[in-house]
Formats: sequence, C-alpha cells, structure tokens
Amino acid sequence: MFIIFAVNKSSLNMSPRIKRIRKVVNPPAIKGFKPYGLQRRDENAESVNLLIEEYEALRLCDYESYNQFDASIMMGVSRPTFTRIYASALQKIATAFVEGRQMAIEGGKVYFDSDWYQCNDCLCFFNNPEKNILITHCPLCGSKEFQRNEDVDLYENATSVPKEDVCVCMKCHYEHRHRHGNPCKNEVCPQCGGIMHRRNNIKS
Amino acid sequence: MKVAITSTGNTLESNVDQRFGRCAYFVIYDSESKSVEYIPNPNKQISEGAGPASVQILAERGVHKIVSGDFGLKVKPLLDSLKVQMIVIKHTPKTVSDIIESLEH
Repeated sequence: MFIIFAVNKSSLNMSPRIKRIRKVVNPPAIKGFKPYGLQRRDENAESVNLLIEEYEALRLCDYESYNQFDASIMMGVSRPTFTRIYASALQKIATAFVEGRQMAIEGGKVYFDSDWYQCNDCLCFFNNPEKNILITHCPLCGSKEFQRNEDVDLYENATSVPKEDVCVCMKCHYEHRHRHGNPCKNEVCPQCGGIMHRRNNIKS
Repeated sequence: MKVAITSTGNTLESNVDQRFGRCAYFVIYDSESKSVEYIPNPNKQISEGAGPASVQILAERGVHKIVSGDFGLKVKPLLDSLKVQMIVIKHTPKTVSDIIESLEH
C-alpha cells in the first residue's frame, strides 16, 4: 500500500516535457485587434491572448496555404504539435469573435529566423535578410555555387528536420524523395517499372 | 555598400574575430569608395549585452553586411529585423585582407 502511494507521489512531481522552441519567420505586423460597435460594454472582459506561434501557424496554413506537414517542418515542430497549435489558434480567434473581446498577439516560445545558405566555394554561411528577394550569388565571393543549409543551428536542438523520407524501388534500388500525400505503393519505378516502397518501412 | 568585418587587430593582416559582440575591432569596408575604417570595440569587456550594443554601433553607420565567426542569441533576431545580412566564417581562419579581396569579386 505504501509503495503504491510513493509511486503515485513521485509521478505527480514529474515535470512536463520541455516545449520545443517554435521557429517564426517574421514577427507579426500588429500587436492585436480591437472590436468596434459593441452592443454593451463589459468592463471586465479580458483580451484573448493569441500566442505568436499560433499566429504563425495560422499564417502558414491559411495565408500562405501550406499543408500542415510542410508548415510543421517550417516551424520546427512535429505534425501533431502543429495541429494542436493551429486548433488552439482557431479556438482563440473564435472566442474573441463571438464574445467581442480584444485580441493581443504576444508571448509564446518562439524565435525569429531567416533562411540560411552555405557557399560551396568559400565555405561561408550566410542568411537572406530580404525574404522577397531571391539570392543569386554568395555575398562574400560571388560564387553561384551555394545551397540551402538546414543544419546551421545556432540554437541547438531548437529546430529539427525529419530524417530524409525516401521511396525505394525493391528491384533496382532506384530512389527518389517521398512526396507527402502520395503513397509510395501507388508509384511505379521510372527505371524498371517495379513497385516502390518507403525506405523506413522496409524490414532489413 | 558598407560591410563590417570583426577583427582581432587593427591591421589588414589580422584574423577575423570569431566572436561578434566582444571582438577587438570592427573593420568597416566601403565597397564604393574602397575605404577601410577601424573602430575599436568599446563593448569588449562588458559582461552582458555586448552583442546588441555592438549592433547599435554598426547600425548607426549604415552597415548592410556583417562578416564574423558567430552571432549570439540576442544578436540574430535584432539583425534580422534590421535587414542586415550575416556572413558566418567558421573552420577556415581568414585575414581581413582575404575577406576584402573576395568581396571585390
């Protein structure tokens, strides 16, 4: 009896898992929203606090119209977590709409980052501060040989990109990158016409 | 366009300083007039907030690019919002004159 009690107590004291830092491309342009034309003013109504990560989830999904899988990679969280953030964003916006409450966009466990690249010639890393302009050459040596770099992680473990998702042909071992929403088993190998499989699902 | 390079000394032969906020000198190179200016970093001995203070010095001079070894947690979002490009040089030690030479590609 005593042992069970001790176990229960220790499980109660366990702290929750640490939240991943969500990556946000740009801070929001505004600090919040105010309703107008209220029928009756409720002095005690508190404003709804929309977190910056929830704003970003809404922006990626509904404004930029990415699917949730792509958007979750951009924010550096798992797909289920992204869905939770997005659902909470909709819930809060609906609350503010229906109850005529103010909305403040602030807080959340986020950091702001731009895209990083690596030059193949001078091996330097550089970022793109102007998001609307595409980079054509390395800013240091002018070389056109550069690539998007996902590994430049100045915030260690803050972002994660899932392991490379590859479809493999069982016959000739031809590989190509898996396209999300497109089951491998429906695809045919362009080289030998064999059936494709997801690499992670193949039992060695 | 003005480019800032973090340097360990005030000559062209000095190496690029691997730290941004607490580097010894900032070298400001103007690619139009080809002029080079050395600014001793007043934030070298500061215990906290050296990065943002250094960003302010460079932002006042209208720098568009910064070449350094690494940028800290406070500096990155600040430079992102100021639209200053960061160029990180790791693993390969380079002198200031090397950088200026390659900037003139």
